Amino acid sequence: MIYEPSFMAVLIFGAIVAVTLGLSFWLGAKAKSAKGYFAAGGGIHWFVNGVAFAGDYLSAASFLGICGMIAFYGYDGFLYSIGYLAGWIVALFVIAEPLKRMGRFTFADALDSKFQSRGIKLAAAISTLAVSIFYLIPQMVGAGALITPLLGFPHYVGVLMVGTIVILIVVTAGMVSTTYVQFLKGSLLVIFSTILTILILQRGLSTEPVNDGKTTHQFQILGPVAANDLQQWRSELKLTDQDKLTSLDQGPWAKKGFLQLTRDGKTSYWKISENQDQQYFLSETQYKLVTSQGAVLINGLPQGTGEGETDFYPVGRISKLPGNKTETGPLGLTSFLSTIRESEIILWGSDSVKEDDGSTVTIYYPKPTSGEKVLSPGNHPKFAGIRGDKFSEKLNFLSLMLALFCGTASLPHILIRYYTVKDQASARKSTIVGIGSIGYFYILTLFMGLGAMTSGAMDVTNSNMAAPLLAKSIGDWLFAVISAIAFTTVLGTVSGLIIASSGAVVHDLMSSFLKIEMNDFAKVRIAKIASVVVGVIAIILGILFEKFNVNYLVGWAFSVAASANLPALVMLLFWPKTTKQGITVAIFTGMISSLGWILLSADSYKGIYGWKAEDAIVPFSQPGLVTIPLGFIVLIVVSLLTQPKSEDSVN
Amino acid sequence: MAGFDHGPNEPDEQESLETISRNTRLGLILFLVYLVLYGGFVFLNTFSPAQMEVVVFAGLNLAIVYGFTLIIAAFLLAMIYGWMCRNEITSPTAKNGEAKP
Repeated sequence: MIYEPSFMAVLIFGAIVAVTLGLSFWLGAKAKSAKGYFAAGGGIHWFVNGVAFAGDYLSAASFLGICGMIAFYGYDGFLYSIGYLAGWIVALFVIAEPLKRMGRFTFADALDSKFQSRGIKLAAAISTLAVSIFYLIPQMVGAGALITPLLGFPHYVGVLMVGTIVILIVVTAGMVSTTYVQFLKGSLLVIFSTILTILILQRGLSTEPVNDGKTTHQFQILGPVAANDLQQWRSELKLTDQDKLTSLDQGPWAKKGFLQLTRDGKTSYWKISENQDQQYFLSETQYKLVTSQGAVLINGLPQGTGEGETDFYPVGRISKLPGNKTETGPLGLTSFLSTIRESEIILWGSDSVKEDDGSTVTIYYPKPTSGEKVLSPGNHPKFAGIRGDKFSEKLNFLSLMLALFCGTASLPHILIRYYTVKDQASARKSTIVGIGSIGYFYILTLFMGLGAMTSGAMDVTNSNMAAPLLAKSIGDWLFAVISAIAFTTVLGTVSGLIIASSGAVVHDLMSSFLKIEMNDFAKVRIAKIASVVVGVIAIILGILFEKFNVNYLVGWAFSVAASANLPALVMLLFWPKTTKQGITVAIFTGMISSLGWILLSADSYKGIYGWKAEDAIVPFSQPGLVTIPLGFIVLIVVSLLTQPKSEDSVN
Repeated sequence: MAGFDHGPNEPDEQESLETISRNTRLGLILFLVYLVLYGGFVFLNTFSPAQMEVVVFAGLNLAIVYGFTLIIAAFLLAMIYGWMCRNEITSPTAKNGEAKP
């Protein structure tokens, strides 16, 4: 979709970003030592740190990805909210305090405080880098998704902007400023999400949502008819003899159920669907055609806002409210959900076909879905398996939920925050504050996502845009504020990740593994160079992964983090026979196996390489279920094989 | 604000071994409680998704009610943990960390 920038939105947005940057420059002047740069001198108050946890954690993925997934597929997106929060339980109850008791600057320090092993430093540094970069991708993709509707720039400009600003922040400041930026942003995000939710409930639900004074385009759904017959459809469509209707059942179109209609020289596609009672429906669709020369047509016309041009219609509405009402008026928390459960909602599916002449048609078609289905799991294509009989699909789901559960405690930029408070009690209190604010926000995601789903303002081509577009459908000012908060969200998360990576490079790789002697000044300088390099990598990957739902990408980052780091952390804390060789090998095994699994999965085949999903080597896409236990087994086996001769050298 | 002055970042206090093991045990028990709740949710979703559509309360289905329960339970368990964890600190420096924001 094409977005019209609004002057006021840009103004509010610019002001918030300027304040954030100004704050970090000012605070940056206060932190000159290496301790100050990496761990904020260990002197951050627990409450500030707790909200900053929320600021770190409620990343672009949480805000944009979850809202988008709920807006497009209903309850499935909320499963991520639940999984992300559950991960904090592992962090608080199992990892937080022992870790704080051991470490100084980085995750590698904690692992290594027992063994002084260069191997561990190397493994931990590489896994920190790998996880951070993997986690940076969705943040950068989210940045692009925000900038596009706000300023009207293309995706890559947004990614470049965020990358540049973040590199500036990190290079000038360090951990103190990111902590306060995260604190500010965490608070703002929770406050404005609350406001947005209240406005959604106030607005209530309507079968004809109005945006910018215009009602939503009502897509035609013809039927039901008893038989799927071309003549029948001709009469339903009220065609004349000049109009041409063909059934597309040859070559790449076979079994997809589309009709092609040529009327007044314009081509359109219609989707045939069938309900349980073997009645047939025919629905109007929207499509994008990319010719072999690279020209783009939307619904048969060039994309644009001028004459003879067109654009995708915004979508997402309720088709039937209970009692055949057209609108409900203001609703409460439970009546909002129960009304949706009794309604019928138009969700959208998509299908892509590569024609023999080299052109590609992507068709978006409406799918009337009962509210009961929307509010229960299994609508997302990636989750649909739990409703089927295929065991591997069920394992895929289990695997994802396991990775979300185990991933949080293994994320380097979350772990690093345990070192920014004074003591164990403060680490504990910050985590409780963090869990409270994050949990509260996640409850709101369900309302924001469903509000977006029924707002009539969704971009059918991009689920990441749901939350900003929802805000825009309520008011431009709200859109500006929400976008600015989401943008600073990205800034904050990205700077946290870049600091974690640069810490890994300087502290673990250069200083501890390569044994390069450096004074504080040199350390900070190298860290800044490393930040720039990691930032540039993140920018490039953010541009490449534009079309992935950011939430799905985060799922992968969690899998890699959990597979590489969790076995080492847990066993080190709870199993006295753990050896340094065991830890080193387990980190490498977990990291390589989970990365390898992802690269060989059906999702990568289809989404990254453009190959057939059926050819993928691994049986399901999410690695966690296999690679997390693998890390534990490898650690135990290697540790048992490398037990030191004398008993006392371990403890 | 307390956080602006940069204190030392090595842990200041040493908890007694007894406190450490008591807190660790408490953490593990609460973790197991949550593991059972979360595991139940995940397995129900995986192997009996139709159950999640059953309306249990105020027009809300099991999926919504169980989901909200998990989020609220996480916070409640965290509060219980914070409450019950003992803090016997032998070093006097720790009181600096208690200032209100």
